[in-house]
Amino acid sequence: MVDESDVRRIAELADVGIPADELPTFTAQFNRILEYFDILDTLGDARAGERRLHTVLREDEPCPSLPREAVLGNAAENEDGFVKAPRVM
Amino acid sequence: MEDRYNAYLLRSDEPGGSMGPLAGRTVAVKDNISTAGLETTCGSRILKGYVPPYDAHVVTLLREAGAAINGKTNMDEFGMGSTTENSGFGPTLNPVDPTRVPGGSSGGSAAAVAAGLAELALGTDTGGSIRCPAAFCGIVGLKPTYGRVSRYGLVAYANSLETIGPMARTVGDVSALYRVISRHDPRDTTMQGRPYEHDPAPTVAGRRIGVPAEFFGEGVDSRVATRVEEAIETLSACGATIVPVSMPSMASALAAYYVTCTSEASSNLARYDGVRYGPGGETARPWHEAFTDVRGSHFGEEVRRRILLGTFALSAGYYGKYYGKAQTARANVAADFERLFGTIDLLAGPTMPTVAYRLGELADPLSMYLADILTVPANLAGVPAISVPCGEVDGLPVGLQLMGRMFDDEAVIDAAAAYEAEATA
Repeated sequence: MVDESDVRRIAELADVGIPADELPTFTAQFNRILEYFDILDTLGDARAGERRLHTVLREDEPCPSLPREAVLGNAAENEDGFVKAPRVM
Repeated sequence: MEDRYNAYLLRSDEPGGSMGPLAGRTVAVKDNISTAGLETTCGSRILKGYVPPYDAHVVTLLREAGAAINGKTNMDEFGMGSTTENSGFGPTLNPVDPTRVPGGSSGGSAAAVAAGLAELALGTDTGGSIRCPAAFCGIVGLKPTYGRVSRYGLVAYANSLETIGPMARTVGDVSALYRVISRHDPRDTTMQGRPYEHDPAPTVAGRRIGVPAEFFGEGVDSRVATRVEEAIETLSACGATIVPVSMPSMASALAAYYVTCTSEASSNLARYDGVRYGPGGETARPWHEAFTDVRGSHFGEEVRRRILLGTFALSAGYYGKYYGKAQTARANVAADFERLFGTIDLLAGPTMPTVAYRLGELADPLSMYLADILTVPANLAGVPAISVPCGEVDGLPVGLQLMGRMFDDEAVIDAAAAYEAEATA
């Protein structure tokens, strides 16, 4: 179970605003879903069979990319060929 | 023709080519598939105004095949939903009964085909998003084997589960569209180089079709179950051997699916901060505040819920309880399929537990998640699955779901074609 302050904290971690008036309903729905997820607790750690996973990474070889103006065209603000972002410091 | 069902977010009148296997045929493209020069929003207000500078691989292939892309279709925001009511631009209505949802998340694509606004459509299927709306709108939809269609240019939601696939009125048209879009693309490293080059043969004679008891369990409308059992009888009459089977891993499949997809979504959707595309933010404010405001006000409720669920499932102290266990459950589902496909060629059951819901009927998020119980197993394991219409309940379409071995989409399509031929004879 999580409470409203937990949800607020998770929302902060995820950079997603949850309006204060939505918080009680949101928390209740969140808990119903987490309760449903508890069915996973009935599983042991042993997996049936092994998933045959293998890495598909390739060599990182430089190749032409999109023209700068095509990419900047979607940004709300840009300056001197760069995307303008909120300040980080 | 007027779009009375809000199937499209954008309509286009590209003429298409005069040459190629899809020459001049109209194709509607789900709005999470990148189209150069055509706005692509994923049904989200956070991408309003975004115009991709490049085409998805499947769109390049459509254009080379002569297809006329006639618009971008409405969808649950970023694919998160089973009704298309979670679109940031209003719900799509079901052409069969406009008081009902078309299913989702590829509801716009299904409605466009069902209403005759497009001959063919592309959808995407992460947990049933092609098969559910195909079933609810009475058309055919295929979720291909994972790794058979390039995801280059598909806006990512849950990479390990999702695939692009074909939707149409007939199995033959689904097959024709699948042939075009399954060409190899080195830019998607999960592609297996297994193009689909099959001409469907409507036959199931000699095939062993398993019917898992769990697909007719709690929550499945008995009238829907009856229609599907009749369809399975039809397959039997066509020469298939019907074998009752069991898939115990179904008990934890839905939880495994929702933990996995929300975890992947929380990572994938971190890129939407309004800066490189989207609404922009106040650049004078600290980034944390600016991003939180933009994301809070432009993501819909379900998207915010899934980002938070995923963030929580991956957070320190909970990873083993949720994500780790979900991967165990996922491996169990894959193992169940593998065991069954040792002696069985195909599995059959309903696509959806019910017929199309009324608009607003699934207001509670968990109820909406539960509706996906019969479609998520194929995504968790990566196997191909098709939904083909098999009659009606109260005038609303029911879908028969057929699942096959990895890379045996051909057998799935043949069986669907056999059923369709018999049902429409």
